Formats: sequence, structure tokens, C-alpha cells
Amino acid sequence: MTDKTPILELKNVVSAYGRIQALKGISLKVFEGEVVSIIGANGAGKSTTLMTICNIVKAVSGDILYKGERINSVNSDILPTMGLCQVPEGRRIFPRLTVLENLDMGAFFRRDTAGIKDDVERVFDLFPKLRERRKQLGGTLSGGEQQMLAMARALMSRPKVLLLDEPSMGLAPLLVKQIFDIVKMINEQGVTVVLVEQNANLALQAATRGYVLETGNVVMEDDAKALLANPDIRKAYLGE
Amino acid sequence: MDFFLQQLINGITLGSVYALIALGYTMVYGIIQLINFAHGEFFAAGGYMGVILISYLSAQGLHPYACLAISLVLAMGYCALLAMAVEQLAYKPLRQASRLAALLSALGMSIFLQNGLMLTQGVYDKPYPTEITSGGFEVGAISVSYMQIFIVALTAFLLVGLNLLVFKTRIGRAMRATAQDKVMSALVGINSNRIIALTFAVGAGLAAAAGIMVGLYYGSVNYTMGFVPGIKAFAAAVLGGIGNITGALVGGLIIGMVEIFAAGYISGEYKDVFAFIILIGVLYFKPTGIMGENVDDTRV
Amino acid sequence: MTIHESKRLWLACGVGLVWFLLLLWPLLGIKPEGLEFASTFKVFGYVAVAAVFVMFFYQVKEAGYLDMVGTPTKQASTALGKTYDKAPTWLLLGIVLAAAIAFPLVTGRYAHDVAISVLIYVCLGLGLNIVIGLAGLLDLGYIAFYGVGAYTYAILSINYGLSFWLCLPIAAVIAAIAGCIIGYPTLRMRGDYLAIVTLGFGEIVRLILNNWMSLTNGPNGILSIPRPELFGYTFRSLSSMYYIILGLAVLTILAVYRLNYSRIGRAWEAIREDETAAELMGVNTFLLKLLAYAMGATFAGFAGAFFAARMKFVGPESFTFLESAMVLAMVILGGMGSIPGVILGVLALVALPELFREFQLYRMLVFGGAMTLMMLVRPAGIWPAKRVGRRSEEAE
Repeated sequence: MTDKTPILELKNVVSAYGRIQALKGISLKVFEGEVVSIIGANGAGKSTTLMTICNIVKAVSGDILYKGERINSVNSDILPTMGLCQVPEGRRIFPRLTVLENLDMGAFFRRDTAGIKDDVERVFDLFPKLRERRKQLGGTLSGGEQQMLAMARALMSRPKVLLLDEPSMGLAPLLVKQIFDIVKMINEQGVTVVLVEQNANLALQAATRGYVLETGNVVMEDDAKALLANPDIRKAYLGE
Repeated sequence: MDFFLQQLINGITLGSVYALIALGYTMVYGIIQLINFAHGEFFAAGGYMGVILISYLSAQGLHPYACLAISLVLAMGYCALLAMAVEQLAYKPLRQASRLAALLSALGMSIFLQNGLMLTQGVYDKPYPTEITSGGFEVGAISVSYMQIFIVALTAFLLVGLNLLVFKTRIGRAMRATAQDKVMSALVGINSNRIIALTFAVGAGLAAAAGIMVGLYYGSVNYTMGFVPGIKAFAAAVLGGIGNITGALVGGLIIGMVEIFAAGYISGEYKDVFAFIILIGVLYFKPTGIMGENVDDTRV
Repeated sequence: MTIHESKRLWLACGVGLVWFLLLLWPLLGIKPEGLEFASTFKVFGYVAVAAVFVMFFYQVKEAGYLDMVGTPTKQASTALGKTYDKAPTWLLLGIVLAAAIAFPLVTGRYAHDVAISVLIYVCLGLGLNIVIGLAGLLDLGYIAFYGVGAYTYAILSINYGLSFWLCLPIAAVIAAIAGCIIGYPTLRMRGDYLAIVTLGFGEIVRLILNNWMSLTNGPNGILSIPRPELFGYTFRSLSSMYYIILGLAVLTILAVYRLNYSRIGRAWEAIREDETAAELMGVNTFLLKLLAYAMGATFAGFAGAFFAARMKFVGPESFTFLESAMVLAMVILGGMGSIPGVILGVLALVALPELFREFQLYRMLVFGGAMTLMMLVRPAGIWPAKRVGRRSEEAE
């Protein structure tokens, strides 16, 4: 039994949109260095979980712990400075800022100009297409390029924990593979990843462990490989 | 032809003033989708602070140009602080409330500020010292006053400054990012409350400068001076495309010129009506304005 | 309230007062003769004392110390409310009506004056309530219809000698037409833009009234407007005029009440809540919105004609945006969409200030501040409308 503190933990978190309950008591743990996938049907609460962690959706009860400390009442804009960063669903790059400006916003809270410059170069090495388009407005990029920009922007904050919401959505298979290769690489460099995906197969292939969400509750938790082999999961989410 | 050129000069002068006020409306609407009804009062307050400071400083024996420069800066600063206070008190608590509530709160603030000016400064026009403002030259049959040149020059200067702020600085990028996607900007670490406060401050500062210019140009200020120019400036902001900074400039110049030309060629008494007609026309035919809107249309 | 919360509240209050001082002093204390602080501190003193009072009162209330007074009062008012609900409506209304009719007999001229104003604004408030409370159209230029009605009677009675009773419906019709004209361009606009456009129209009307010398006599206004006559009797006294406006107000209340519970009223509410959905359900939003403007304007037209007859004079300065804002405030602060709410709002904004005549100068300041405060604290108004039918969460 490991007694390592999880780098991110949710304990019985309940959150709501107005009067509609979205999360009905979610508990999950993420350990440093892992890739944890959250899968489930549409409306199960996967995106809400990430938004609740980031305090965009307020947790009504329960605890959200980051590096052991309760972050329920920490303002959303403080979290990136603590190393917790989200790439939300739908890419959400700033459409009327250029690629470079978008990246700069990713590093908004950082003061080390030299470090930022280096990171921009590193990010361009990872995503050469972005270097080509660096003076272009974000809104003029293709879907795949926007996804890359969104991820690159997140990397600019030098995150310790990266929350990814549906990175594969709307992308061609080749691009999806690219994205997931990059996720793997980021993880190998030490970033903990929490991955929300509707494409359960991809999500579990890339992950160490997985959680299955159903209408605001965690219904299953296991190693990713075990989930992939689980007949119920295969039937419900892997299309068998 | 001379008449036309004269009107052109007058129109550009007036248009510059409207543009400066319009910027405040457009920036605030771009970032929190609120029509700041009280914005016209920042314009008026600026005009008042200008004459208060200029009178005081020149009584202390300062050179008129120094008086003007210092008063300009201080008045802009004062209105910036005023705007931040109003935002914190009357708008921030209503960010999640209905648009109607925010609009009415703004309306209440507008009336409150206007009457605050009246109670502290009196109901009568407050005259501006005219030594600084007199004089001009002729080019043929066209007269250009130094004041007109000053207004256009100062507007240009402030616009360049604004441009630098918004497009070349990091905080300016943050302002644009927040206006485009408030949630995402929080997720990258931008404190939207501070950015919104800054937006109000900058907008009010520009309006204050416009207020001083108007005071110098017409020779006096009055506590009601914010109402009609406020509506016209809003019309200008909408005409140019709400949320769009270049649009505010374009809209302001157009409204200013239309007003002057209409007064000159059609009717002097009904000149105010033309701005309203343009406003209604734009909102009816092309609500996104000439240069297109620039507002946050994303939600969580 | 915990000590911590209490401290934070006092801190916030303190910070607020410092900001206030900082913003107040330059307006009061910088004079060419020199810098002075006495006048600023005097004003600041009053405000600070008031603020401390309010803070103290609030904290005491939150701590529950006022429950000795509060709970029995609440019980009394709930009991009163229950009796109110139990008593037959016609009895209550009868009492109110009887009181209203007897009113001029037991009060003096000043009270008649205030009462007439109240009743005029009741008509205006209920009219605006149709536009904004029922149909959800934020009309900031409503007073224009009032002006149209007033000038219609003025012009027709002086130039053509038409009687008041004939002009009353004419004024209403012309106001309604104005309503359609002003309403038409706004039909496709969204909320805040609609507000500004109607404001613009209101201003345009005022400017026309101010500048069309041949028709309206411009800023000088129209004088010597005749009082109404009926079978040889001229309504010369204020108390006689009172009965006319009382009649108009009662008619307005009845009309609005019927509209409220009619199919049209339902359709308006549907438009207010979700226009697209209403359209999809077969509601002709175009016609209905136009109808809302027209109906609202009609009542303003009636009130305007009466106003002209009562004052015997009309001028453009009576129809400014500030007037529109005041009527708006009466509707919103009293309770949008509810008849008693609007009446309460009118009383609060017309009758109440009369009690504080010495503070006349501060009236508008307080009005503006109160409007903002209401939005922050109680946006539904003093007496909000009861929803027809219940939502599932509210059912017992």
C-alpha cells in the first residue's frame, strides 16, 4: 500500500450548475507522474470535474487537494502559478490574438523573459506548424493547429499537472496520434496528466489508471490495462 | 468649398472628442458586455477636475502650459480612480445578475454622479480660464484655432498611447484576451477582476481628457454635460463596432463630422438628432457596426 | 456572523470610506484661493456616521439581537397577510376606493396636488409596466408618449377648440401610433441596444418638441390650455381634477389587470421569457411587441392629456430622459410586472420625497443611489409580481 500523497485529489466533491447537480460526490486520486484518464458518456460530468478542480464551477461540498493543500477557495487564475493548468474542451485559443500572443498569455504570470523565450522555441520545436504561423491570428488556424496551440500555450506555464479535456475532439486520426504522442512525451518529462476523453480506447491506451464516470458518480476505478480488458467497459465504452 | 473645409476641420475636432469618449464605452462593453451609462459622467467629472486644477495651479503662479499638462494628467488619474470605485461598487457585484439589473445600476450611478457634481460644484456653468485657449490662424477664408489643433493632436497622442498599451504590452494582450474569452483567460492565470478595473480606468481617463478639451473649447463645463455627448459617443462606439478600438475612432469621427455637416448644411437646431438617427440606423441595419464587433461570446 | 466575517465587513467599510474621502476632496477642497479641508470633512463626517450606523445595525441584526423586535413584527405581518388573503378582494378594493374618493374631502390643497401627481404616475407606471414588465422590452424613452399626449391636447384644444373628453381618446390614439413608429425599428434588437435606441427616440421627440416652433412653440411651451368642461361645469379646482385622474387611474388599473390575465398577457410573458421559443410556439412576436408599445403608449397618452389640462401649460422640459428614468425606477423598484408593486413604487418615489421637502436638493442624488442599491440588494422590487402558476420547485 503506497503512502505517497497524491499530487491531486478529490474527496467527495459535489458541484452544481445553479440548481442542477452535476457532480454528486466524486472521489479520485492522481499520483505524480501518472497519466489518469477519466472516461464516460456525454454528460457524465467529465468536463465538469476539470472545471470544478479549476474553480470555474464551484464545489458545493467536498475537498479538492493539490499537493496536499485544499484549493477549493483558491481563485482560478492562481492555479496556473501553482503548476496546475487546464486545456479546456473546444481548444479555446484566443481567436484575435496571434499564435505568439497566445503563447505569451500562457506564460502570463511568469516574469523570466529569457525562460519564456526559450520555452517558445521549445514549443515551436514540438509543433513546427506553429512556428510557421506564429504571426497569424489564432482564429485563422485549422482545428488541429488550434489544438496544438492550446497545448503549447498550456506548456508555456511549465505545468506540474496538466488537465486535458477532450484533446482528440474533431481531429483527424493522424493528428490525434500526434497529440497523444506529445502527451506521452510530456508525461515522460515529468508532467502529471489528467486526461478526459470520450474516446475511451485512446484514453485508456495512453493512461496509467482510469476512472469511469456515470451521471456525476465514479462507478469504476482501476489500472488502465485492467479497464481495457474489463468486459463491461468493453461493452459500454469500447464498442463491443 | 471654403465652408466645406471649415466644417471638415470642425468635424474632425468634434469627432476626436467623441472618439475619446467612445473608447471607454467600447472597451467596457467589449469586456463585460455592459453599457456603462455612467461613462458620460466621467467625461463631465474630467471637465470639472480640469478647471478646478487649472484654476488652482494658475493661482499658484504656474505657467499656463504647465497648468494644463499637470491638470490633464491629474484629472485623468482622478477619473480613473472614480471609475474603478464605481465598478467595484455598482457593477462587480452584478456580474452574474441579469443584464437589466446591471443596466439599471449603471443608470442609478449616472444620476448619482451627475447630482454629486451638481451638489459639489453648483448648478451653473463653470467657466474655463480662456488665456490658454485663445488664438488661431487663418488659411485663406478658413480659420483654425490653436485649440482645435491641440484637441486633434492630444487625441492622436492618446490614441497612440492606447494602441501601444493594448497591442504592444503584456497587460494589453491580457485585456484583449479577457475580452475574447473570460473563462480561458482565468485558466491561463489572468486575474480578470484587475483587468476589468484597468479597462474602466483607461476608458475613464480618456473620457476625462475629452472633458477638459471640451471645457477649453467651449469655455465652460456644466454638471449635465455628460448626458448627450455620452449617448452620441455610444452611438459612435456602436457605429464603429462595439468592442472594437479602431471602430470607436472611426465611429467618433463619423458622428462628429455628420453632426457638424448636418448643422452647417441642413439645420443647426436639430443637430443632435442626427447622431441618434445614425445610432438607430446602425442598430437596425448593421448592428455589428462598420468594423465588426469584438466581444466575448463564449460561456463556460 | 463570525468575528472574522465581521472584521472583513468593517475593513471593507473602512476602505470604502477612505476611497470616498479621496474622491470627494478634490471636488470640494481645491480652490484657487488654496486647499481646504473643512467642507470635505463636514460631508465626510455625515457619511461616515451614517455608514457606521448602518454597519452596526446590520451586524446587530445578523447577530440576532433584533429578533425581539423582528420576530413579533414578522408574525404580525404574516398574520396580516393571511387576513389580507382571506378577506374577499372586492371588500378590500371597495375600502381602498372609498378612501380614495373621500380623500379630497378630508385633506388640503397640498395633499390634492401630491395625490394628483401620484395618480398620474400610477397611469404612467402601469403603462410602462406593460412594455417592460409584461413584454420585457426595456423602453427608456417612454416619457415621449406622455409628451405626445400632452401636446396633442394642448394643440387641439387651443387651435381647434376641441373638448378635453374628445381629445382624451385622440391623444391616446396618436400616442399609440407614436408607440408603433418608435417600436418598429427596435423589434429585432437585443436588450441593451433596445434600451439605448428607445432613449434616443425619447430624446428625438423632446428635440422636436423643443425646436418645431410653428407647431409646439418651442422651448416657450404652450400656455393657457383650457380645463375640461362637462355640461357647463368647468373643472377648475384641484379636487375636481383629482376625480378625473382617479377615474383614469382606476380605468388603467382595470385594463392592465385584464391584460395581465388575458391570452395577450400570457403571450407577452412568453416573449419576455424566451422570444425564440414563443415564436416557435406560434406567437406572433412582431405584432405583439408592437401591441405592447402601443398599449403602453396609450396610457401615457391619457396621462399626458390630463397633465396638460391640469397644468394648463406644457413645455419640452417636462419630458426629459430623467422623467423616463423616474417612471422606470417606479416600475422596477416597486416590482416589475405587479400592479400593487408599481403603485408602491410610485408612492415611494413621488409621495415619500414630499415628506422630506427640506432635502429637496438631495432628492435626485438619493434617487440615483437608491436605484443602484436596489439592484444590488433587492432587484425583484419591493412587491414583486406573483408568478401565475407555480414552478415545480416551489410547489409544496
